[in-house]
Parts: sequence; C-alpha cells; structure tokens
Amino acid sequence: MGQNGEMKQHDAIVIGGGLVGAAIAYGLAREGLDTALIDEGDVAFRASRGNFGLVWVQSKGVGAPHYQRWTRLSAAEWPKLAAELGQRTGVAVGLEQPGGVQLCLGDEEFAGRQAMMEQMRTEAGNFGFEYRMLSHDELAETLPGLGPEVTGGSWTPYDGHVNSLYLLHALHKGFVERGGTYLPNRTVDYAAAQPHDFRLGSGADEIAAPRIVLAAGLGNAALAPLFGLSAPVRPQRGQILVTERSERIWPIPLGSLRQTLEGSIMLGSSEEEVGFDTGQRPEVMQAIAARAVRTFPWLAELQIVRAWSALRVMPPDGKPIYDESEKFPGAFTANCHSGVTLAGAHANAFAPMVAAGALDPMMLPFSARRFDIPQAAE
Amino acid sequence: MSLFRKVSEPAAAKAGVIVTVEGRDVPVPEGASAAAAVLLAGSDAIRETGVSGAPRAPYCMMGVCFDCLAEIDGIPNRQSCMVTVAPGMVIRRQHGKRTVDTAVAAE
Amino acid sequence: MTTEKIDFAVIGAGPAGMAAATLAAELGLDTVLIDEQDAPGGQIYRGVERAQDNSPLGADYLAGKPLAAALRASGATYLPATTVWHIDPDGTLSLISAAGARTLRARRILIATGAIERPVPIPGWTLPGVMTAGAAQIMLKSAGLVPTGRVVLAGQGPLIWLVAAQLIRAGAPPALILETTSLGNYHFAAHRLPAVLWPSRRALAKGIGFIGEVKRAGIPIIHRVTGLAARGRDHLETAVWNGCETQADLLLLHEGVIPNTQISLALQLEHRWDVGQLCWRPVADEWGATALSTISVAGDGGGIAGAEAAALSGRLAALDAASFLDKIDPAERDRRARPVHRALKREQAIRPFLDALYRPAPAVLVPADEVIACRCEEVAVVQIRRAARLGAQGPNQAKAFTRCGMGPCQGRICGSIVSAVMADTLGRPIAAVGTYRPRAPYKPITLGALAGFEHPEGLSEALTGAVGGA
Repeated sequence: MGQNGEMKQHDAIVIGGGLVGAAIAYGLAREGLDTALIDEGDVAFRASRGNFGLVWVQSKGVGAPHYQRWTRLSAAEWPKLAAELGQRTGVAVGLEQPGGVQLCLGDEEFAGRQAMMEQMRTEAGNFGFEYRMLSHDELAETLPGLGPEVTGGSWTPYDGHVNSLYLLHALHKGFVERGGTYLPNRTVDYAAAQPHDFRLGSGADEIAAPRIVLAAGLGNAALAPLFGLSAPVRPQRGQILVTERSERIWPIPLGSLRQTLEGSIMLGSSEEEVGFDTGQRPEVMQAIAARAVRTFPWLAELQIVRAWSALRVMPPDGKPIYDESEKFPGAFTANCHSGVTLAGAHANAFAPMVAAGALDPMMLPFSARRFDIPQAAE
Repeated sequence: MSLFRKVSEPAAAKAGVIVTVEGRDVPVPEGASAAAAVLLAGSDAIRETGVSGAPRAPYCMMGVCFDCLAEIDGIPNRQSCMVTVAPGMVIRRQHGKRTVDTAVAAE
Repeated sequence: MTTEKIDFAVIGAGPAGMAAATLAAELGLDTVLIDEQDAPGGQIYRGVERAQDNSPLGADYLAGKPLAAALRASGATYLPATTVWHIDPDGTLSLISAAGARTLRARRILIATGAIERPVPIPGWTLPGVMTAGAAQIMLKSAGLVPTGRVVLAGQGPLIWLVAAQLIRAGAPPALILETTSLGNYHFAAHRLPAVLWPSRRALAKGIGFIGEVKRAGIPIIHRVTGLAARGRDHLETAVWNGCETQADLLLLHEGVIPNTQISLALQLEHRWDVGQLCWRPVADEWGATALSTISVAGDGGGIAGAEAAALSGRLAALDAASFLDKIDPAERDRRARPVHRALKREQAIRPFLDALYRPAPAVLVPADEVIACRCEEVAVVQIRRAARLGAQGPNQAKAFTRCGMGPCQGRICGSIVSAVMADTLGRPIAAVGTYRPRAPYKPITLGALAGFEHPEGLSEALTGAVGGA
C-alpha cells in the first residue's frame, strides 16, 4: 500500500471486481502477473450481483458472426475453468452445459426464432452452428406441464447455466489465492497514463503498472477516455423473479427460465431504458410472471420469495466492446452484458492477450472504433 | 407431548375448531394459528429445511422468521403462524423442497 | 383494474397505525389501513378484540381494545389479511389478498410496521423447542394457549418479567429465569436512573410490580448469565449457561425488540445506527416525515418506545399528513400536536434507562463462529467472517458470497447479525458497514397472483422490447 507518495508497482491493474474484471484478473494472476484488482464497496451498481446465471450461446451474434465465435470459444473453455476453480478454491460453481431451449409462444414467435437460428447458421459458415427447432410435443417429453400456448423452441447443444454468485466468489478466491491483490472500497481519484505506464490514485493508495484493464462496467464510460479508449456503454435495466425451492423439474435451462441446483426457479427477462434507476416495477414483474405462467401453467402455484433489478452494461449495438488503446499501448478495456457466458473467454483467452501485450486480430471487430463508422443507410 | 395447552379457563374452553395435523384430528381454540395447532398437536418439528433437512419448529410466531412453513390444505410452504385455523383445515409437515404438480391446467 | 387514489395509506394495524388511521379519517383524509393479520392490534395488541376483561395479559394489553374499537368506528377503510408487496416512492402500493391483487395510489404513506424481537443467536437456537418470549405471548394472546412442560425464560428486558407474570397468572409458571443483564449494565443504568425516576415513575412502578409478582411466585432466577446455549439432537433437550445445564422442553429467548425496517430499507430511506438501542432506525423528523415526502414512519418501526408512545406518534403522523395534504393548516397542526408531543416525551423518558440496563452483551450481536447466523440458508457466522476476509465489504456482498439473506425471510432475522459480524471482522463501525437492501416482494406472493395483477394504465413507454427473449 502506498503512503506519503510511495507507489506500489504491479505487473497489471484491473479496474472493476465484477464478473468481467474478476475473470480477467484471475486469468492474469494465473499467467504469473502480479495483479491489483480495484473494486468499489458494498453499495454499487454491480451488474454481477443481478445476473441470471446463463451460459447462453444460441442468441449471441446475429449479424455479427465474430460475436458468436467468441461466445462459442467461451462456452468451450467453461468446463475447464469450472473444474480449475473448483479444485483450487473449493467453490463448486455448479456448471451444467446440457444444451438449452428458448421457448416460443405462438406461431409468429416460433417462425421468428427459426429465421434467427437459420441466419446464425448461414453466417457461421464453416465454423458451424448446430441447432434444432423442436415442436411442442417433442419438448413436452422432457418438460412436464408444458403450456398449450408453447408452439416449440430452439435448441442448441452449447447452452448451459451456472451459479453466477458462486462464480464471482470463486474468481475472487482464486485470484487472491494466486497472489492477486484485491483493493476494495475504492474509487479512482486520479489516473495518469503513458504508453506502458499507468498510475492510479485512490484514497491514500497509489499503484502503477505497465498494463491496465478497464472492466468497471458502467463506470467504464467515464474512465475510458483517460486511457485513450472509448466505452460508450449505457445502463439497461432487467428484472428477475426467484421462486421458493422446489424438487428438480427442468433438466435444462430454458433461456428466460431456469431452475438452480438449489431448486429455486429463476424467471426473466425484461429490458427497460430507465437510466441508473435500480428500482422495481410491478408492471414488469407482472409481465415476466404472466409469460412464465403461459409457458408452464403450474408455475402459478409457486411463490416468489425474492426479486431484484439490475443494470446491464449495454454497448450501443448490444455486442461487447474489447479494445486496446492506440494512444497508450498497454491499456485495454472489456465491456459486455454477458459476464457469465464470457467468463471462460475472459479468463482463458482475453487475459493471456493482455499479458502478452496485445489483442489478437480476431478481436478487431469488437473495437469501439466500429461506432465511428457512419452507419450505412438501412 | 404437546409443547402447549389451553389455559384452563372457562372462557378459553369455548367452541374450538377441529383441524387435522399429520392425519390426526386436533381441537384448536378459535383464532389460533395453524402453527399453534401444530404445537398443540405435539409435533416436535413442523418442517425439515430444504437446505440440510434439519428439523425446524416455529420461532417467532409473527411472520418474520419463516421457520413455521407448513403445507396447509395442499399448499406447501405457507407461513403457518399467519394462517388462522378453519374447520377441516389439513396441516402437514413441509418436507424440504416443495413438490410441484405439473398437471395443473391453465386457467 | 384501475388504481384507486386515496389520501393516506397506513401500513400496520398496531397502536401507531390504528391511532393514525382513526385520527386521519377524523381530520377528513380519505384513509386506508392495511394489515396482514385478520384482526387489528398488531403484535402488542394481537387478538385484543376478543380478549376478556380478566385476561391474564393484564390492563396494559386491554388498553388496545378502545384503539381497535375507535378504528372500527372511524371512517378509515380497514383492509385486513392484506399484504403490501411493493411500494413505489411515488405513492403507489401493490397489494395482495385472498380477493386478488389491487393497487392504491396514496399521497402519503405511513409505515407503522412496528418492531421485531432482536434475534438471539445462541448455539442451538434453530432447534425445535427454542422460541422467542414474544412467541409465547402471542400464543397466549391469539389462542389462549400456554406452554406445558418445563419452560426456561432466558435473556433480559421488560418483556421477560411481563411474560413470566402473564404465564404465572395463566397457570403455567416458567420453571427458571436466566437473566443475562451484566454487572456493567447495572452501573450504566444507575447513572440514568435519577433523571427518569420522577417522569417515568409509573412505568418503573409497573416494572417493579411485575418483577415482584414473579419473585413472589417463587420462580428461581439466576442473574448475570452468560454462555447461553440450547442443546439437543432433533429438538431442545437442555438449556446451558455459565457451565451449568438444565433440562428444558421450551426455551424462550428475549434480548429486547428492534424496529422492523424491512419496508423502510426497501424504499432506500436513510437509516442510522442507534448506538443506544443497538439497532437501525429510519431517519425521520419529530412528525415521522422522511426525506421522501410521500413516506412517513411512526411507532416502534421508527425507534423503540413502546405501545403508548406508538399511538402518540401515530397521531402526530396523522396530523402531519393532514397538514401536508392541506386539510388543516400548519398552525392548527402544531396546536393540536402540542399535548401529544408532551405526552410522547413523557413516554420516551424511560428509554435511556431501559436501553442501558438491558443493553445486549456483545455475543448477542456477534455470536461465536459456529452459530448459525442465517437461519433460512443455514449459514454460520464463520462463513460470514470468511467472506469479509475475502473482500466482501458489507452485507450485500456477503450475501452474494454466502447466500445469507437469500432465504424467504429476506434478511429480517440475520440482517443485524450479519452487519455486526462483518463490522467486527473488518474492524469498522456497524454504521459504516451498512445493511441489506431488501426488495419487493416484501412478502412472498405467487406467480399466479402476480400474473393476474393487471398494470393500471398500460405498460409505460419506458418498457421496451423483449420480455421473454434471450
């Protein structure tokens, strides 16, 4: 800890201790880098605390095949990451990747979903994208009590779910266990950036490193310009309902519904543009409940014991922003709203890139420079 | 042995309500909660937790602790201290995680 | 379903809520009183409408009868067996009852949800057969039931003596009283006694009266008890303390009461840690008004002061609401409030003395490592400490790491324990560590009830796109 002008030198600094920052920091520590992870306190926006827990692949990257490939990479890394975390920290994150189904109500939804899946497959080209559209009757075999309004659903083998809070816990534990320095309850008071030389002041502390990763979620928008980066993310609110624990009913995650290993059923999803408001709206909760009950009528009997809202970190086009600074080489940023799904990629692919000093060319389409290009008329 | 009994006063011995606790008929004073009925019936525990299976009984009797969860008239996980007894009420222990009847038809 | 617009919504039909709703209606406010239970009275006056004049619960309890009668006779709309599951700072209340879901839009809301027993986390406190002293009193109040078997009453506070006296009168005297008041507390309290001797003479006399009644009944009392624990395999078998042990069928615990802050915290009202009462209280002025102009608090939910004080603070809240809503002018509000303020001051006078005398020992707030802190999720104190050492800075991060606070009680029981344990582990004051942030639904509601809850004026423009898409 630096005092009286003393600077604490590290190999890397990560700003933001949520799922994105913690995964990257863990990966850096595993690469052998002396890493400092700066985090806020108990009361903060923390999209990671509001996460649904899906490792969701099938809907990622329509019109942007690079995003689908990145997501698939992450899904493939996930089992390794889960096993490693379990072994090293004793925290079992509860990963299950049996594939997943997004259920459709009505013919129009089904047709739309099928078209989307077909587009994903076409765009995937040789990389491939395996999916099946399943009918109501095919699904009813595995999903008891499936509502009559469900016309069918899209299935891919890549999807899964995990306990996102256990994941956060495990990443933090694993980070510290590998020698990482966790600095909570801090904000960045000042920052000085030079190529491969970054200094941060936070309270009485001063830290410095030749590499820095901005993973502060919604906070990145303000931090990025200080490091020659751009992270135009905005908050997008989502609300989630959780039921009392029940006997295991669903063997697979169902997109906006899933059952945890503890037995609780989680229900989403919703999108609201309300700025930084973390309140709850009964109308939205009602809409989530109404759709859930149409999907599985027997859900009506279950009690909601918990609910919350959280702010997604949303880039303008919904796709992640990964970037390295041209002005200040050594500065990187990672922004996404799928911190769970992409944890595998963040720890096992992105962190090594940062350690090596440069992002792989495959990351170029994720750069924020894509927002500078004037949109072609649609 | 019941943990509780009626105060031996004529006023309290007024017309009670018969409910069923774990298959046994139990006379309970009017106005008593289902949790009180379970305690009157002599049950050691009202539930086993869905976390570890540990036995639990009512703790606060005022709707704060949620340890009095029981199955009442077929509905699982009800706060029995917040439910007033009614004639013929069927009260059963809550054994851990609730079961689900997936055959329930849409409304 | 349309949203009914009203002036004043009161949550909680205890003394504060009953007094507030009655006076508000009298002052011409369109008032609704909402309560979860079937009948008015809250906890302190639970079942009072059905109580007999010779009730073993005593005269103080029967004082709730006229309050309930006045409520019934008033113009306030009383909604029993109704749960508030969400409140929006704009004054919208989401309610659920057997009749279904409904919404109210109030111009002022009074939170009068009272107090809860301070949790007493001793080893074995989750065993069947361990309850709160208040729970035994509720059994007596609501159903005329008394414990059989060997009852041990353990803890400290006026309620210990009150419940012991009530049980004696009801023919079921406790077998043993284990009083946890420390020697230090006596010294502290002795300093406060001179100041309260005259103003609180009646309350003190009453307390001494109960203690005398219990002693005359020959109940063994052991003082300065520490190291309390409950032992047994599947249920309570013995009560343990100071290296002693006694057989027990029922162990009734009590270490005072603390404000029920579930709704006030959910609304994100500012709370302060009261170092005298060792509890969180919503920040409110002398009228109960908060920084949110739509929300006010009254009664023990704002700070512990007892039933009489609660009724008085309810009246102040009603007067303030009437002035806020232009039914009376501020001068009239102040005029009518003057005697109420004076009476309230008198009622509150004894508090510093009681708070000092019955101050819980540190182990009540920070139990031993192996004790369960979160009863719902069965999380032990040591797990909370580990989360703090890993970097969790407050209860919300501890919740994320350990699941404590995620059960159906939503942190009502474990909240104070977790804040204290984390403060102790992190070496910071409790006030800095903070509290959980409770969320709606404040009490569980079924998906079916929620699905049937129709939004009053259509989904607003703020709601975009995919509900249900992933």
